[in-house]
Amino acid sequence: MFPSSFDYVAARSVEEAVAAKAGAGDDARVLAGGQSLIPMMKMRLAAPAQLVDINRVPGLDALERTNGQLRVGALVRHADIARSDLAFGAIASAAPWISDPLVRNLGTLCGSVAHCDPEGDWNSVLLATGADVVARGPSGERTIPITDFVVDFFTNALRDDEMVTEVRIPVPNGRSGGSYQKLERKVGDYATVAVAAHLELGGTGAIARAGVALTAVVPKNTKVTAAENVLVGNHPSTELFEEAAELAAQASEPRDDVRGSAEWKRNVVRVFTRRALTAAAAQAQQG
Amino acid sequence: MQITVTLNGSDQTHDVEPRTLLVDFIRTKGELTGTHIGCDTTSCGACTVLLDGTPVKSCTMLAVQADGRAVTTVEGLKRADGLHPLQAAFKQEHGLQCGFCTPGMMLVGAALLEQNPAPTEDDVRWAISGNICRCTGYMNIVKAIRAAGAEMATS
Amino acid sequence: MTLTQKPSTPPEIGGIGHSVRRHEDDRFIVGQGRYLDDHTLPGMLHMAILRSPLPHARINSIDTSAAAAVDGVVAVVTGELLAQYNLAWMPTLSGDTQAVLATDKVRFQGQEVAAVVATDPYIAEDALELIEVDYEPLPVITSPQQSLAADAVLIRDDKEGQTSNLVYEWEAGDGAATEVAFARADRVVSLETHYPRSHPSPLETCGCLADVNSATGQATIYMTSQAPHAIRTVFAMVAGLPEQNIRIISPDIGGGFGNKVPVYPGYVVATAASLVIGKPVKWVESRSENLISTGFARDYHMKGELALTNDGRILALRVQMLSDQGAFYADAQPTQFRAGLFHVVTGSYDFPAAHVQCRGAYTNKAPGGVAYRCSFRITEASYLIERLVQTAAYELGIDPADIRFKNFIQPDQFPYETPTGFVYDSGDYPTALRSALDAIGYEKLRAEQAAARDEGRFVGIGIAHFTEAVGAGPSKKYDILGLKMIDSAELRVHPTGKAILKLGVRSQGQGHETTFAQIVADELGIPVTDIKVVEGDTDNTPYGLGTYASRSTPVAGAAAAVVSRKIADKARKIAAHLLEAADDDIELQNGVFSVKGTPGRSVTIADVSLAAYTNLPDGMEYGLEDVHYYDPPNLTYPYGSYVVVVDVDPETGVWKARRVVALDDCGVRINPMIVEGQIHGGLTEGFAKSSMQWITFDEEGNCSGSNFMDYLIPTAWETPRFELLETCTPSPHHPIGAKGVGESATVGSPAAYVNAVIDAVAHLGVRNIDMPLLPDRVWSAIQSARATGG
Ligand SMILES: Cc1cc2nc3c(=O)[nH]c(=O)nc-3n(C[C@H](O)[C@H](O)[C@H](O)COP(=O)(O)OP(=O)(O)OC[C@H]3O[C@@H](n4cnc5c(N)ncnc54)[C@H](O)[C@@H]3O)c2cc1C
Ligand code: FES
Ligand code: FES
Repeated sequence: MFPSSFDYVAARSVEEAVAAKAGAGDDARVLAGGQSLIPMMKMRLAAPAQLVDINRVPGLDALERTNGQLRVGALVRHADIARSDLAFGAIASAAPWISDPLVRNLGTLCGSVAHCDPEGDWNSVLLATGADVVARGPSGERTIPITDFVVDFFTNALRDDEMVTEVRIPVPNGRSGGSYQKLERKVGDYATVAVAAHLELGGTGAIARAGVALTAVVPKNTKVTAAENVLVGNHPSTELFEEAAELAAQASEPRDDVRGSAEWKRNVVRVFTRRALTAAAAQAQQG
Repeated sequence: MQITVTLNGSDQTHDVEPRTLLVDFIRTKGELTGTHIGCDTTSCGACTVLLDGTPVKSCTMLAVQADGRAVTTVEGLKRADGLHPLQAAFKQEHGLQCGFCTPGMMLVGAALLEQNPAPTEDDVRWAISGNICRCTGYMNIVKAIRAAGAEMATS
Repeated sequence: MTLTQKPSTPPEIGGIGHSVRRHEDDRFIVGQGRYLDDHTLPGMLHMAILRSPLPHARINSIDTSAAAAVDGVVAVVTGELLAQYNLAWMPTLSGDTQAVLATDKVRFQGQEVAAVVATDPYIAEDALELIEVDYEPLPVITSPQQSLAADAVLIRDDKEGQTSNLVYEWEAGDGAATEVAFARADRVVSLETHYPRSHPSPLETCGCLADVNSATGQATIYMTSQAPHAIRTVFAMVAGLPEQNIRIISPDIGGGFGNKVPVYPGYVVATAASLVIGKPVKWVESRSENLISTGFARDYHMKGELALTNDGRILALRVQMLSDQGAFYADAQPTQFRAGLFHVVTGSYDFPAAHVQCRGAYTNKAPGGVAYRCSFRITEASYLIERLVQTAAYELGIDPADIRFKNFIQPDQFPYETPTGFVYDSGDYPTALRSALDAIGYEKLRAEQAAARDEGRFVGIGIAHFTEAVGAGPSKKYDILGLKMIDSAELRVHPTGKAILKLGVRSQGQGHETTFAQIVADELGIPVTDIKVVEGDTDNTPYGLGTYASRSTPVAGAAAAVVSRKIADKARKIAAHLLEAADDDIELQNGVFSVKGTPGRSVTIADVSLAAYTNLPDGMEYGLEDVHYYDPPNLTYPYGSYVVVVDVDPETGVWKARRVVALDDCGVRINPMIVEGQIHGGLTEGFAKSSMQWITFDEEGNCSGSNFMDYLIPTAWETPRFELLETCTPSPHHPIGAKGVGESATVGSPAAYVNAVIDAVAHLGVRNIDMPLLPDRVWSAIQSARATGG
């Protein structure tokens, strides 16, 4: 299996990349880790006329905490995050479960975010933690909240001439915790069901902020606002988490397929939401 | 497009189409056939090589992306004074049967031992979980990698 | 008997029983293995195959003009073109026909429709996209039940006289006696289960490099084949080429497991293309092609019933089996046995009556039915009886171990003739199961299980005790397309005492280059490192039917031992001549010939080898060389007891194998290290199939499981760790007492894993979950058992 022919541009700067993309329109694609794009091209599910390779752009590999944010540059690989002490909560919890160790060495968080695969993990984590996506186009930079960025399955809010330069995840300053619960059939499998949970506790120990988002059981990665609303203002408890879990299960729209029945998947959403919240709360209460 | 890849320490300059996959570059232009192809979906790791020391799947990288970079294949594992301890350990511990996955497994093992000279059984199983073996059931691959680590620590 | 056998040769010789490190590894560990795709020839072209996206459709037209016009495309081949050479259809190993490139209709998704030959593989694939095929969809049959319904569309309308989708009907055992036993039984326990379609998917896919010399008519074909000689004969028959002009070279093989036994259309098209174009043509499958079109395995729908007494004695077994054969009947199996050796389904138990009825049906799925790391359908048989016995245990309220002890064939009953006609050679089943149970701590685990249930945790302990029948087979019963299932070995000892052993079989990772050398080393005392083993080149090896169904050790291994003995006989005479003693007084031990009762007078095998070419007794023929074709007197019957412990998450149905204890008795172990490696591999296969690895189809006939993202192969992370045990009951009729082991664990272990998961939830009333035991299925079974108040 081989890709069909294309033109290749190895951009040396973000400006160059954006200019190349602008020149080629919607027939051009950014090549980051290539771990989604190249397999699709090999299977001829994608046949872009031009690839703009950003791997040689300096500075995009920055992974750092500044101004209360974890900044993940467009060339930060999944493995960099899995290894990093800067990762926290649901981010640290999810990173080791993205694809497999070798794919993690090339695939990027930003690429995953841009790809908007509803079975992809990162967008749920970012929805739960409330991240922003930074996009750059010929006319400059704009910051897009992740809730707006994920438009639909395989559809993001970027314009044809824009690329993602980084993702910014707010770092909670109080007690917080997070967890990513993923049911995969084996290493390297996409999620059958996954739930991201993020909790921040206030001074009294009550939940001040909550994030819950679902992977693979909804047409696009989706934040479960109903569950979050139930959580905020209350103290962590099994009953509370069960109530939130029930809301998450109701919000899911699983389908019957070879991985299992819709009924079972909805059940797993319920169980995993409870487990993710429980783990998040335990982490928050410790820290 | 003309590219130069440092393949097992020697510079290889060739004209390639941008769509040429790195694995095909290695096998065809580099004439090194120890890097194998076992799947279409980036799932098996038979094509694993080290890119500047990091294991990657060469079926899911373009050759042009490796321009100016160092690629190590199984043929580059051998040391001046003989086999790499991993190679010896794979034979000693019966870490291979058909041998098709073996180059990938050894390269992942080499990268692991660089970072973690004394991995636990779980460390090894986790590290090789991007590579499929259809023959061995992994038991002896894990043993071989750990044995090589122990050997490298003492020598 | 339970002791590991002791080698009789010293390590320097490295005969039977030594864990000699493998000779073949030297090239593999440095990346110098030479697999099919590593071969190139001057002027070589590349072929790619266009496959049908539809499972059943009439082909109205194929337009290849745009593809042919692509720069670099040398030829576009269609079935119509092949038909001109009478090559559009080919025979299968079961005596059916299979389309090489479809002419009339396509009958499964992925069927070969056209091929492009180009200067570059990338170009060949570009051109495929430009071929336009006008398909007219036809009704699709996706199950054998559907297929045999009265109003089903006829899939094989190409076959004269074929009026239904029935492929075969076959039975074994005694129906009348079985009915009588069932009528008398206290209890009847039944189980219906589907052994899902699976695929061997060795890590290297199939392929070939065909080089036909148009001047000489000589066809040299490098091919991923487990059975090069048999394939050559079939090729001679298909292509009408003189057999001596066909040379099949089967290079290093990256795993086979049965997938590389059949003849595939790609081989035929590449060879025809090379013949017509006059240049070498290479074809290497993609993974997806491998999974959707080449030999699948299993896909048996089985119903088994046991007649029992109240206290758990089995009186009889009744089995009905319906197999899904896909669009062409292409099982690679003995001609007389349409369902392979499935009638070994009586397992390890002693009871008087059994009746097994089998039917096969065509469906719109890929053809195959290969012996996937198994001896012709024994995996399905073993699975059914072990699941059935387990079910009976629950129904009768007997411990699953006890019911087995109660019904085992006893050690003093061997040779034991089963009600379906097998004669088991040897075994001690109670000892095997007892040892495995002790090793895992069975009684303690049962206590833990009870305590866990009280806390709402589910722990399961699964047992499987299997008996395999391998090493096909005795010529009076076993043939493929009429070719008797004998195998061969040719041995030449050179003047310097170094030997070459040539075999008709082909290793795909089993380590033949080492183990077969060990057999010769053991017989002749030539150090194992001085023996080279040659396989896989039909010009340079004696005839044989190939490596599958665990045949190599039982058949070719026997041939290697016998040919060594023939050589030893001659060598003894030469030694007698050199030592000026009588032939009968010469003893051979560890490569030294000495005169009985006269210590100190001896010559070595090296001395004798030299003499064979330099200094012979009068009238003796020069050389030290012989060949043997071994016709086994019986099959061999390896067996084993496997015990698996699982933890099941009641909330999600996710399960994990906590421990796997596997006791195998494969008779004499030639190389214990290699035997253990084979068992590890088989236990992993069993885990894969019981947990995740299967091919399924939707109602429209679309295959899911067409790549490694969907056809799930467990990684090191999911794969359990294995604890191995052994007993050794030598085969009484095999020259070295070996029984073969390459497939035992694949055969035996699936039932152990499944029994373990069922055992975890049996208290709720769950009796069956079909493989693979996806968490979804486990959870649903728990839910419905709870709902019905089990
Ligand atoms: C075997 C395997 C298993 C996997 N399993 C998982 C899994 O379990 N969970 C999971 O989440 N993912 C999984 N993935 C996908 C993997 O995580 C990818 O790395 C990721 O989805 C895409 O990142 P990338 O950097 O490789 O992007 P690429 O493949 O380079 O690009 C993907 C898409 O995003 C676009 N893009 C990339 N970067 C940018 C950018 N900076 N700006 C604008 N557009 C951009 C590309 O143009 C392309 O359309 C798996 C992949 C494989 C091969
Ligand atoms: S060939 Fe590269 S991962 Fe399978
Ligand atoms: S040794 Fe055959 S695939 Fe690993």
